[in-house]
Amino acid sequence: MSQAPATEIETTLVLNGTPVTRRVPARQHLVDFLREEMGLTGSHTACEHGVCGACTLRVDGEIVRGCLMLAVQAHGRRVDTIEGLSDSGELAALQSAFHERNALQCGFCTPGMLMAALDLVQRRPDATREQIRVHLSGNYCRCTGYHAIVDAVEAVLEAQRRGAKR
Amino acid sequence: MKAPSFAYARPDSLGEALALLARHGEAARVLAGGQSLLASLNMRLSSPELLVDVTGLKELSGIRVQNELLRIGALTRHCEIESSAMVAQHVPLLAQAVPHVAHVAIRNAGTLGGSLALADPAAEYPACALALDATLVIAGTRGERRVPARDFFRGLYSTALEPQELLLAAEFPLLKPGYRSAFLELARRHGDYAIVGVAAHGRVDGGKISDLRLAYLGVGATAMRAGRAAAAVEGKPCSPQTVAAAQAALGEDLDPLPDLYHSAAAKLHLARVLTGRALAALVQ
Repeated sequence: MSQAPATEIETTLVLNGTPVTRRVPARQHLVDFLREEMGLTGSHTACEHGVCGACTLRVDGEIVRGCLMLAVQAHGRRVDTIEGLSDSGELAALQSAFHERNALQCGFCTPGMLMAALDLVQRRPDATREQIRVHLSGNYCRCTGYHAIVDAVEAVLEAQRRGAKR
Repeated sequence: MKAPSFAYARPDSLGEALALLARHGEAARVLAGGQSLLASLNMRLSSPELLVDVTGLKELSGIRVQNELLRIGALTRHCEIESSAMVAQHVPLLAQAVPHVAHVAIRNAGTLGGSLALADPAAEYPACALALDATLVIAGTRGERRVPARDFFRGLYSTALEPQELLLAAEFPLLKPGYRSAFLELARRHGDYAIVGVAAHGRVDGGKISDLRLAYLGVGATAMRAGRAAAAVEGKPCSPQTVAAAQAALGEDLDPLPDLYHSAAAKLHLARVLTGRALAALVQ
């Protein structure tokens, strides 16, 4: 169905597994919709022009920038946030590895880092340390210098590979 | 930073999309992947009255071989180009360029057509289109037209597209036997816009390069071909002397614009360094 020009649009999406319908302003970013309308403040807003990765979300199974997608563009799509993937346990191994290795200080970038890292762990189980760095290159962290984050992701990949061999 | 207010439309046919563009003219902007458009709206660099979301149009998707060309629909996302066996086989230059396009989360949304239509001078695809003599397929209310890449890119963020037109696809000649490609770029952080980049394509036979096309990004208002540098290599063994001749000739082809961090001289130097690496990669 086509949508005629409008500044407020009824939008239906599946958010963390639950169908949600809201009237949303055309200009509202998906991450602002999640934070302000749905109370899901785990996805952070920082640069708001696609550079820092703090707002990384999963849409139809692929990671995207929540500040470079309009909420109306999520119509008919499946959106997963850090809250949904924490509750489902999908992120548990990464969260525990980040905790053990102190892969965060202020924690601001952590939700976006976890979303990007999960994408790599699921799609590239054979990823090398260099490939971890490339995959996380779109996410800024201003505290840790990245080493502990790369260590944590590498530890999860190694554990996954050991598990697969058994 | 939040976008200014605008209206949004999601047509589900090409005719409907073109009618909207014809009605709203320059007040409308086409929304494809949105990875540059939404950033520019957030920064309030532009304030269209209407965004026409074309992502539902089937006519703009798909990768297929047709009439000795690889036709890539304008809505094809970077990640789809990255994983396409057809692109890797028939247009390896694009496959080499795409890992340099931003980051995974952006490659999952941004599109080939969006990048070509925006014509950012530091973007990868315009240089690839110039090096390969691609053709842009454009739809308007009066029908379709085809524009060669060399006539498509007009200036800074400026192309042959009229406000009421829509880019449907890009057509790339299939890789011919004996031809090779190399794509190299320098950026401060992997995935950032290039400081300088080069798309190289030519015939390689026993260490000699011929029919060479060199196109550069990040050096001017548009991506640009370097005919003199390419001519300096034509039919010669790829020796250090040949490489030096091409690097010297590049100074007549390019007159780089400085950016915030790099002087014109630094950009030309880096373009010469990349030229040497690209020639070495071609004959490797």
